[in-house]
Amino acid sequence: MLHRSKYKALLEGLIEWIIRICGISAVVFVFAIFLFVFWQGKGLIFSGEFDFWKFLTTKEWYPASESNPRYGVYALITGTISVTVLAMVIAVPFGLGAALFISEFCSPKLKETLKIVIELLAAIPSVVWGFIGLTIMNQLIMELFGAPIGLTVLNGAIILALMSVPIIVSIGEDALQAVPDSYREAGIGLGVTRWQMVYKVLLPAAKNGLLAAVLLGVGRAIGETMAVLMATGHAVHIPFDAEFPFLHGLDSVRTLTATIAAELGETARDSSHYQVLFIIGILLFTITFAVNLAADLIVKGIKGK
Amino acid sequence: MSTILKSTFVIFGLAGLAGGLLLVGCGKKTTNGGQKAGAGNSVEIQNAGSDTMVNLAQAWAEAYGAANSNVDVAVAGGGSGTGIAALINGTADIANCSRAMKSSELTKSANTHGKDPKQHVMGLDALAVYVHKDNPLEEITIEQLGGIYGEEGTITKWSELGVKSSDGNDEIIRISRQSNSGTYVFFKETVVGEDKEFKLGSRDLHGSKDVVELVGNTPSAIGYSGMGYATDHVKMLKVAVKKGEAPYAPTLQNALDKKYPISRPLYMYTAGEPTGHIKNYIDWCLSDAGQKIVVDNGYIPASKN
Repeated sequence: MLHRSKYKALLEGLIEWIIRICGISAVVFVFAIFLFVFWQGKGLIFSGEFDFWKFLTTKEWYPASESNPRYGVYALITGTISVTVLAMVIAVPFGLGAALFISEFCSPKLKETLKIVIELLAAIPSVVWGFIGLTIMNQLIMELFGAPIGLTVLNGAIILALMSVPIIVSIGEDALQAVPDSYREAGIGLGVTRWQMVYKVLLPAAKNGLLAAVLLGVGRAIGETMAVLMATGHAVHIPFDAEFPFLHGLDSVRTLTATIAAELGETARDSSHYQVLFIIGILLFTITFAVNLAADLIVKGIKGK
Repeated sequence: MSTILKSTFVIFGLAGLAGGLLLVGCGKKTTNGGQKAGAGNSVEIQNAGSDTMVNLAQAWAEAYGAANSNVDVAVAGGGSGTGIAALINGTADIANCSRAMKSSELTKSANTHGKDPKQHVMGLDALAVYVHKDNPLEEITIEQLGGIYGEEGTITKWSELGVKSSDGNDEIIRISRQSNSGTYVFFKETVVGEDKEFKLGSRDLHGSKDVVELVGNTPSAIGYSGMGYATDHVKMLKVAVKKGEAPYAPTLQNALDKKYPISRPLYMYTAGEPTGHIKNYIDWCLSDAGQKIVVDNGYIPASKN
């Protein structure tokens, strides 16, 4: 038996408590923030004039109107969805491809370099991405696609894809690393080709982790503000219609996050406009919470196996 | 006490703390009318508001600071609405506004500060209508602008104005401003109509300079901004009130003679009758030295009574 002095025992207890508080504080802050956002928006929700269904399904967004304010976020929701979906269409193949390459195909030296470079990509501030969208991508899209203006869904989606690829790569790579080497050895023993190994062994074994990687990338894309504010043109417009190709990548849109960022500064505290922006905040909170929860449950699924 | 009870206690304690911090953060900040005596007897004047006036305000602040080393004027942009909100909340001593304060804002400020806000006319600005330099259009009427920008307007194509855009795209790309900009409100009142709204789907940009820059990059775009922001890549249209009336270019002379239809006063607002350093500063801005800076920035000096 090891004898510990009273002092050491006390110190250990203290450190244990500090660590416990650190852990709990994250939970507390999330709840406090949610309560705060809800508290700021609740005046309008319970005022009786606010029709939640109309809020979600109409596209008239005139929050600052003196005579007839209208709060419809349908166009803003379609803006967020269109940019996010297109960003994922671009980012998922690139992200998962890069994760596969780093995990399975490249030499250890190249692997370290690539990981550092990809993490560097994640470190670029979003306002810098936005600036790239506003200046370089705007011109490129006008020239390449003949669009009248380059501040579009496509522009925002490319920028967002570049921002979420690092997340998808690093989490996807972890998931692939977590596949036990015995699987690989068994595969080699059976004489499979590299492609068969990826397709038949690694992807099925790591599919939960890879899906979680994608969903965290989605969460990143939905929550991003500054870059999409600058790159999408900030126009209240629905980029979908019933005819092929359904989504018009060369239309300008406005996202939920960008609307809050652009308008919150002007509003007087506790005015209807201020409160409706917080209701958008609740909506965003709910969406990202759902996405993250899905990612979490899927990751739990891996451990259960 | 069991561990569970203890942790519950800690969770609630922390939640209360976090909630309390948030509430304190939202509490009203007050200043004592800019008479904050800092180190070495220097005084700081907080000046915030209109993006249109931000360059002008900065030039004033620099020139005044050079002449009076004990006074430091801190200038911030963000839009007229932001400046007024800051004046009401007490975080700014002077609000720069490119529109008059609304009655609701006047009441709010009077209620908060116990005195009526005071308006100072600092100069005039002509709002220019910009198109790309290759656009063949030379003049436009207020009615046509209303048809392009207004919610009930029907003009969406350049061919309806009798011209062809140089890139062959017939759709008019509308560039507008975010709704807390004084430029937005003034354009709405003058062109779209007092009780009417903008047509949704315009690209709403965040600064006077951004509008001109984007129009300069987009052959089929139209936009509005202060005339001080003109560059070589854009053309300022002559504006007539109605069809058949003579159009006038946005020049100093035309605005002074009140011939150019979209010109407006530029204001400074103080919470009450200014005193001390703030009064000295505003008086200096209205003096010959201050008004020369107005002309240097491309605006029109306030006429002397």
